[in-house]
Amino acid sequence: MIAELGLAALWLSAALAVLQMISGACGIGSENRFLTRIALFIGGGRKTTGRDLDQGVLDRFSIYARPAAVVQAFLCVLSFFLLLYAFAVTDLSIKLVATNSHSAKPFIYKLTGTWGNHEGSMLLWVAVLALSGGLLAFFERRLPEKTMNATLAMQGFVALGFYLFLILSSNPFERLPLVPVEGGGLNPLLQDIGLAVHPPTLYVGYVGLSVAFSLAMGALITREVNPNFAKVMRPWVLGAWVFLTFGITAGSYWAYYELGWGGWWFWDPVENASLMPWLAATALLHSVSVLAARDALRTWTIMLGVLAFSMSMLGTFLVRSGVLTSVHAFAVDPERGSFILALLGLYIGGALAIFAVRAGSISEGKRFTVASREGALVFNNVMLSAILAIVLLGTLYPLLTEAFDVRVSVGPPYFNPASAIFAIPMFIVMAIGPLLRWKADKPKRLQFELSLLAAIVIAAIALVAILGDYSILPVLGIALSIALAVAAFLPLRGRKIARVPTATWGMVMAHFGVAVALFGMASESAFTSERLAAVAPGDTVEVSDWTVTLESVDPVAGPNWTAIEARLAAARGDEEPTMLAPQARNFWSPPTPTSESALITRWDGQLYAVIGDSAGTDAAGNARWQLRVWWKPFVPFIWYGGLLIALGGVLSIWGRVAIDLKRRRATARGVIRREEKAALDDAEPEPAE
Amino acid sequence: MNRLFYIIPLALFLFFAGLAGYMLTQEKAQTIPSQMIEEPLPEFELEPAFSGLPGVSKSDFVGGEPRLLNIWASWCLPCIAEAPHLERLNREGVEIIGIAVRDRPEAVADFLNRYGNPYSRIGSDNISSLMIEIGASGVPETYVIDAAGNIRYQHIGDVRAETVPVLLEQLEMAR
Repeated sequence: MIAELGLAALWLSAALAVLQMISGACGIGSENRFLTRIALFIGGGRKTTGRDLDQGVLDRFSIYARPAAVVQAFLCVLSFFLLLYAFAVTDLSIKLVATNSHSAKPFIYKLTGTWGNHEGSMLLWVAVLALSGGLLAFFERRLPEKTMNATLAMQGFVALGFYLFLILSSNPFERLPLVPVEGGGLNPLLQDIGLAVHPPTLYVGYVGLSVAFSLAMGALITREVNPNFAKVMRPWVLGAWVFLTFGITAGSYWAYYELGWGGWWFWDPVENASLMPWLAATALLHSVSVLAARDALRTWTIMLGVLAFSMSMLGTFLVRSGVLTSVHAFAVDPERGSFILALLGLYIGGALAIFAVRAGSISEGKRFTVASREGALVFNNVMLSAILAIVLLGTLYPLLTEAFDVRVSVGPPYFNPASAIFAIPMFIVMAIGPLLRWKADKPKRLQFELSLLAAIVIAAIALVAILGDYSILPVLGIALSIALAVAAFLPLRGRKIARVPTATWGMVMAHFGVAVALFGMASESAFTSERLAAVAPGDTVEVSDWTVTLESVDPVAGPNWTAIEARLAAARGDEEPTMLAPQARNFWSPPTPTSESALITRWDGQLYAVIGDSAGTDAAGNARWQLRVWWKPFVPFIWYGGLLIALGGVLSIWGRVAIDLKRRRATARGVIRREEKAALDDAEPEPAE
Repeated sequence: MNRLFYIIPLALFLFFAGLAGYMLTQEKAQTIPSQMIEEPLPEFELEPAFSGLPGVSKSDFVGGEPRLLNIWASWCLPCIAEAPHLERLNREGVEIIGIAVRDRPEAVADFLNRYGNPYSRIGSDNISSLMIEIGASGVPETYVIDAAGNIRYQHIGDVRAETVPVLLEQLEMAR
């Protein structure tokens, strides 16, 4: 019964999406009749002639758009909770539960198993999509009615495609004709709390960008690209961006400790698929702020809105279709790949076509000079877009060459220097930009700040150069990160700290986070020391000022794996040794070797140890093992930085929403006061004898 | 001019969508061919894998007819499956030179006793060095080597009944 209810709720949601799309499209005005007709055609499958569209009737019909979105959100979220319930009670008559769950699994992993598979995760995706559409429809009252209708129509159109994808090619509620006695379990590698949290976080980010996309399309269709629209769009972009930042940071740390390769970013297609929407969203975030504050960068903001959502859909396509080979093994299905590609073509192709037709008729907005805050923001927007282009090209290049039967693999030797070319100027401008005034500024005014930053960079480069022989990029990175850390706080100079708006603190925090993360990255690549040795119990390996002694190697067994576990005593200088126990594990169902690294975290870095294969015997006949030990100075700064950036985003949302609520309350109070005054005025003239 | 500028994103996207659509319909190749195809064999000299047959060096491939180089191991199950097909190739008059990877002499002898011996020589590659040098990704693999000592063709995986004519044709082409 539960499964049938869930499926029925999904079908109803799809029907409501059709209603939302048509009724929204009916209310976008007579000048957009062509688009209304397209929506009617998609929804009803019938051609309409010019005469049978009466604007009055259309307008009356358009009132259904908001309720349709709200009810749809309720039904679709309900559908997700029904699947969650089926997983919680391990209803093995549902195919998805039977293949992905097991009655003996810990309860928390039964729940997370709901989205640990293709169908369930797509249902989570549409549930979040419907929920955000519902929230938008319910709360948003600032937009002009036509723009809102166009936005809702677009949101309904996007949702419809994903409902159809879910129902037609990945039905999560499919029943089994025969109920199995026990479920097929969840991949043991996925029984990890980090992995249970990481995908939904990224999904919320991706889906938040879909709202930004619908808003951008809505504004483009009605040509209402203005600061008011930007203020409506900003919290959605900020929210999505916070989730993406957090998801990428968490994913990077997971890869770092779980894969046991000692690296924290591999430029793998699936990692790039999450990085590209983040880059686009970062650019969009800044450009939407310029639009909100200064009414400039109109078409550019719309373009980025389309681009950001394109990148999240492209990511989904690359991950799910298997056109690219990746270390992330997803259930790959070419049929689903074609479906997503069709959706991608429909939405992104359609959006870009409307953009090509319409963008020319939207004026560029207010002008500004190069040396202004807008100028700096535009410069960095271009740099971010260039990095995005580089990552996109590197990710898709193997696809391009494979079409000509050449197999290539693009890796760090391409991505690192190519993105650094644009990242370095970006960091410099990022340090100076927030100090500039809007519209036009004189660089002379900032003499003190500029010379301070230049002095820091030169001093840092000189210091690192004296300390040792390091390659150019990490040294530059360290110097820039120190300058950037100082520069992040310079906008606060000469202001009363208590009166700085929360949103400004958000910017300071996020920019400081970038400096912290950059410092971690540069330090990791400049100062890491690594030892790979074949050691027998009793032998010692030295790395930096650490001494690591292999005490023993023993076999151990877990519930679904066996492993060899090394006992290591690691001591820094003369201090007491700390025990470490890295493992080389073999899961048996499915058979997968994994490496469980062991870490010691200090404020100034991490010791990272991995035990590898047997390495024969030494001269005395003792068994030897491959032991790999790294000392990575300041490497946790990468993830602290990521968290600071996300926190900056949260502060920024908080600040904006607080101001908005205060203003609304003030308006409401004003209304009440006026009403009270009017009531008093009415009462006054009463005759008092 | 302005108008054209706004069409660029659409054009780029359509190019990508076309490419992705084309690639989705293509058969996905699961193996990566060796970069050494059409290159001469590297210089090497391997000890005999067991006392019954001589070891292998590059000079054993020079002169006469094209030969097959078969990389295998007694511990490898697909190698058992391909043994009768190698026998058949050998009966057709093809010289097969074997490389036993990470193996022990007694295990090699035992394998040949059980599953037949199509080889004229077997070298022992204890640390997979030759395997890496010729770009093999695993066992078993079979290479066609022409009389000048150049690698002409690589077959990844076990030799099956349907592979035999392919290998014979490749040997003919390598003459």
